[in-house]
Amino acid sequence: MKSIKEPSQSGPSKPANETLSRLRIIWEKIASNRKALPITIIVGFVLSILIQQFDLVDQYLQIIIMFVGINIILSVSLNLINGYMGEFSVGHAGFMAVGAYVSATLTMYVIPTWLGPWTFPLVVLAGGAFAGLISLLVAIPSFRTRGDYLAIVTLAFLMIVKSVIENIEVIGGPRGIPGIDKLTTLPWVYFWTVASVLIIRNFVYSKFGRGVLSIREDEIASNLMSVNTKQVKLQAFIISSFFAGVAGALFAHLLQFISPKVFDIIKSTDVLIMVYLGGIGSIAGSILGATIYTVLLEVLRPLGIWRMVLMPLVLVLLMIFRPRGIMGMREFRWFVPYYNLFATKIWRHKKEVEDASSGS
Amino acid sequence: MPLLEAKNVTHYFGGLCAVSDFNLTLEPGELVGVIGPNGAGKTTIFNLITGVYKASQGSIIFNDKELVGKKSNQIIEMGIARTFQNIRLWQDLSVLDNIRIAYFSQTNYGSLEALLHIGRYKAEERRITDQSMDLLKVFNLDGLADENAKNLPYGSQRRLEIARALATNPHLLLLDEPAAGMNPNEINELMDFIRWIRSEFKLTILLIEHQMRLVMGISERLKVLDFGATIAEGLPAEIQNNPKVLEAYLGVGGEE
Repeated sequence: MKSIKEPSQSGPSKPANETLSRLRIIWEKIASNRKALPITIIVGFVLSILIQQFDLVDQYLQIIIMFVGINIILSVSLNLINGYMGEFSVGHAGFMAVGAYVSATLTMYVIPTWLGPWTFPLVVLAGGAFAGLISLLVAIPSFRTRGDYLAIVTLAFLMIVKSVIENIEVIGGPRGIPGIDKLTTLPWVYFWTVASVLIIRNFVYSKFGRGVLSIREDEIASNLMSVNTKQVKLQAFIISSFFAGVAGALFAHLLQFISPKVFDIIKSTDVLIMVYLGGIGSIAGSILGATIYTVLLEVLRPLGIWRMVLMPLVLVLLMIFRPRGIMGMREFRWFVPYYNLFATKIWRHKKEVEDASSGS
Repeated sequence: MPLLEAKNVTHYFGGLCAVSDFNLTLEPGELVGVIGPNGAGKTTIFNLITGVYKASQGSIIFNDKELVGKKSNQIIEMGIARTFQNIRLWQDLSVLDNIRIAYFSQTNYGSLEALLHIGRYKAEERRITDQSMDLLKVFNLDGLADENAKNLPYGSQRRLEIARALATNPHLLLLDEPAAGMNPNEINELMDFIRWIRSEFKLTILLIEHQMRLVMGISERLKVLDFGATIAEGLPAEIQNNPKVLEAYLGVGGEE
């Protein structure tokens, strides 16, 4: 299923239903509009620059929006492994830590402060690239190991990253790096969020992405249908970790303080919750999951410690009533490339035209 | 020159000899059947040819190239395709995607083109989607293209599996018990169907089957396995009266 709502039926007579059906028609128009996504992206980008320049919303809200963006990057990238490939990785915080530490080290010890804002995109890129390189530690075991055992590998990876960082004194050891320059700004978070969503979307709707899906369904069959599963797994892990590293770099320069403790299993669990809340195998789901989870945690802040009781409860209820998450295995039409969405219709139309011309 | 030549192939699972000294020569265009009781090592032979297992000893030559030691996806790319004893479709993916994935090695674009949807991406996606739909039409499945594979009826799933195997563009097709779970009427249809794909796609076919009706009906040559060893081979009529084969299937006669 590629759409979240079926085209609306003819309206019932009741006035309440009428407004509802009118809303559905409007929604249908928005959802099926192919130009809507590029327009949203551009408007959002302009808005993010304006908000940052003129402080249109207060600082606190800006920070929350930035955390939403970072969490979207994390959950979309983890969804590639846990949702589309069907593995269970708990090591996402580890890749995030690599990105955070590499980028923070660069801005703190290598690049002079006055140059910081100009080199920031490169620093983020370096954090992501290094995390992508480190992902080979997990990707190569994944050639031979699956399921629970790969989950253990990712857990071990997380522990290794944490203890390696704790034992390097140059980068602060267990105390971490305090006082990192605040270089993460709303436009940059927006840029990287859009980039991660689009690139992962593009990957999913390519032959490699379909290969990843086939691995989830039946890996032996994939191999026997000419899918190069090693290549595909390697790509998926590198892309996923690259964006985890990017998110880590943005995170470090937003929080301005990182320590090994920040990137423990709890951080991974947070991302896992966002992915499974939003729904596996769905980019729209991951965006939704990350947004809902981040915003809800902030809204519930007055409840104090009780929010940590409420959130798991919400999750348990979700797993009972919607075991696959809000958008499990379905995709919002905006994210499906045009040719994919109407592949069968276009083919049928082409056949009809051919038949008509050959018949006459 | 034979299309496929297996020489002295032997395979062990731990201490158990699953296939011993297996020899097979397939000429282009032949349709050869492999029969034998359960556990005789028939599926193991398919797994050895397609690289799921690496043969302990012996060699398998396909089109002058050695297959032993190659990866499954490389072997498939060389022109061998197979189906499975118990259907192994990608259940939660659409029928169209099931076919398109099998075009993996024939889709010509690189990682960067895939990540940015640039260059050859669009044209290639169009090409393989149209090819997949054309193939589905040949198998009368084009109306179900958007359906998930698991929602198809059993017979259509079998057909889809064969269509998916053919999407990899093979010269040699390995069919693993295609008639499993079919009634006599359906078996007759399947026989026609196999003959038809063989001529339509110019295939050489190696067939594993329990259903004697099917195997005797369409095979040109037969090979009988029992406990990993080849106990007989020849024309279907010869095999039917071979005492060793009767013994393997029915047990030793109780004269004394």
